[in-house]
Amino acid sequence: MNIASLAPLAVVLPILGAALTFLLIRHSHAQRAVSIALLSLTLLLECWLLASVWGGGTEAVNIGGWLPPWGIVLVVDQFSSLMLVVSSAVSLAVLVYATGQGMADGDQDAPVSIFHPTYLILVAGVSNAFLSGDLFNLYVGFEILLTASYVLMTLGGTGPRIRAGVTYVVVSVVSSVLFLIAIAMIYGATGTINMADLAIKLAELDQGTKTLLHVMLLVAFGIKAAVFPLSFWLPDSYPTAPAPVTAVFAGLLTKVGVYAMVRTETLLFPGDSLNSPLMVAALLTMVVGILGALAQSDIKRLLSFTLVSHIGYMVFGLALSSVAGLGAAVFYVAHHITIQTSLFLVTGLIERRGGSSSVDRLAGLAKLSPLLGLLFFVPAMNLAGIPPFSGFLGKLGLMQAGIGLGTPLAYALVIGGAVTSLLTLLAVARVWNRAFWRKPEDAEHPDPVLLAEAKDSATGHRAGRTNVTLLPRTMVGSTLGLVVLGVALTVFAGPLFEVANQSAATMLDRSAYIESVLGENAPVPGLALGGGGK
Amino acid sequence: MSVNLTLLTVMGALYACGIYLILERSLTRVLLGLMLLANATNLLILATGGYAGMAPFFSKDTDPGAYNDPLPQALILTSIVISFAVTAFMLGIIYRTWVLARQDEIPDDVEDRRVAETPSFDAEDDAVIPVETSEFPLTMIGSDGSGVTDSPATVRAGGKTILAEDAALEEKPGSANVHPGPEGGVK
Repeated sequence: MNIASLAPLAVVLPILGAALTFLLIRHSHAQRAVSIALLSLTLLLECWLLASVWGGGTEAVNIGGWLPPWGIVLVVDQFSSLMLVVSSAVSLAVLVYATGQGMADGDQDAPVSIFHPTYLILVAGVSNAFLSGDLFNLYVGFEILLTASYVLMTLGGTGPRIRAGVTYVVVSVVSSVLFLIAIAMIYGATGTINMADLAIKLAELDQGTKTLLHVMLLVAFGIKAAVFPLSFWLPDSYPTAPAPVTAVFAGLLTKVGVYAMVRTETLLFPGDSLNSPLMVAALLTMVVGILGALAQSDIKRLLSFTLVSHIGYMVFGLALSSVAGLGAAVFYVAHHITIQTSLFLVTGLIERRGGSSSVDRLAGLAKLSPLLGLLFFVPAMNLAGIPPFSGFLGKLGLMQAGIGLGTPLAYALVIGGAVTSLLTLLAVARVWNRAFWRKPEDAEHPDPVLLAEAKDSATGHRAGRTNVTLLPRTMVGSTLGLVVLGVALTVFAGPLFEVANQSAATMLDRSAYIESVLGENAPVPGLALGGGGK
Repeated sequence: MSVNLTLLTVMGALYACGIYLILERSLTRVLLGLMLLANATNLLILATGGYAGMAPFFSKDTDPGAYNDPLPQALILTSIVISFAVTAFMLGIIYRTWVLARQDEIPDDVEDRRVAETPSFDAEDDAVIPVETSEFPLTMIGSDGSGVTDSPATVRAGGKTILAEDAALEEKPGSANVHPGPEGGVK
């Protein structure tokens, strides 16, 4: 039996977990145990999948025995399994963090018990989107994760969350409608929605129709991935959600959009003429995003803007459409999921410890909790791209690929990338200076625990409760685990970069994907003219 | 066998109304707009299935060219279910907004407005640190009460000396001494 035929379990296990946790809604201990156990199992399975395709190779699974191009097909290759492993590792860390927060605050209330089922459904949707080899199944994956995210975004139903939720829901639904329209038009034009089949049939369409379909897909995914002119919903809606929810959204949801962009760009529209507009969009995403971050005083909002800005790097690598560029983009996606999520988790800890997430009110945290300082400092420097870290390696790879292409636009992107990196450093250094280094007396309205002696500030008054443990061990532990994973990406950057480059070469070549889905004799079309693979 | 023009016209009208409605500020209208958009898209998917009036299902006697493609209908079914879930959720949100705020409008983001109104000058980051050139720093004067006069601070403006307090007032719009000219500025 082939290991890849277990791939559907990556979607089924979390859904099963969601059903079980929903049944156990009155038993919070059992609920925690079930969701953590099933998510760990999913992670193990996905590690196994990744190991089976680590050296290369693409495996397709026909769901229900229906043959492609009619049935639904799940495709496991290096890129999709790498994304699965990173996303599940991150979701597991966030789940542990969230249960730690729940246990520390002792919330036995009804609305929060819905968290576990919804969260597992979100994970199932993300896995489905990563594995899907079919445009409509990709749409369904998106809808599963979006519907779960609507609930998580408005958890508790407070005023600010409802306001942010409305923006988020309306924007997401509009992008989904656009995606569905694009699917309908693609089906009308080609008579298929299987991606491997589309790769063959789209090549036969005339250029005008192809460009229209391409633009529609790009706009739909661009909204989900928050690429510049379509990114304004993100900093408005993410920061108000609970800390673990914001962390997992920031890590995963936009990256699913980026993943869909990479898949469709490489598989359906290779070497197409839209690379230059994509490069301009990437440049603007990087620069405009980071300028927005500099204006913020709330750490969560600041991080949301850096999230938008760093999506630009991934689009940059994608738009180069060379093996080096795409490989660096794949590596960057893996790096950024881990780092951005750990930064949001640390911000949650900062908010608990310091009583606020605004840099105007925080102060002196480095002295009060050196561990918190370390947990913030390492991913922050990693995000800014300071040399030994994976952020630096990813950016270096992108810049080398950009210089390798050598067009004026590519040079502009390289310069833009360097400037964005420096401005990110400025933004996180501002947070560091204010929240960690300055004296509590200098802050405007510091929380009483900031001024208290270190020994009597382990507990405090939070969310209407007194004597809450400010830094519970599970929360710190899961954040630490994620930070260590980020450092591990740096240590094992060599083999990881190799796999990323290999997966980029396979994606640009397309023949492995098409042949594994449609069989050995599938007519793989040659690459179109233009900036195709080298 | 022809394209069903009525369905296409209805689809266009639904899209137009839907787009108009989602631009409204009232949540109920936005919801209605989203529903219209979803239904227009369902019609679009239906149109990709083939010409109107053909058999919708397969039987062995039917010629392959003479029956309608069933797949789009399966797609529509999925998309109807999804838009149903989203509609139910939006109704929940609308009800919650009504409970919380007694209004059906999307409020502004407070933090957004605050950041927009923050001056570019940040007292902590941008303040000029005074350069001490004197051997006797300013802080020493008046530390024991000497060297400080009780007379109010004055500034030189337009060749005369006026009170600093009045000068600050004149900076503000609506001051009695400021008469804006027809092209802005001061007469």
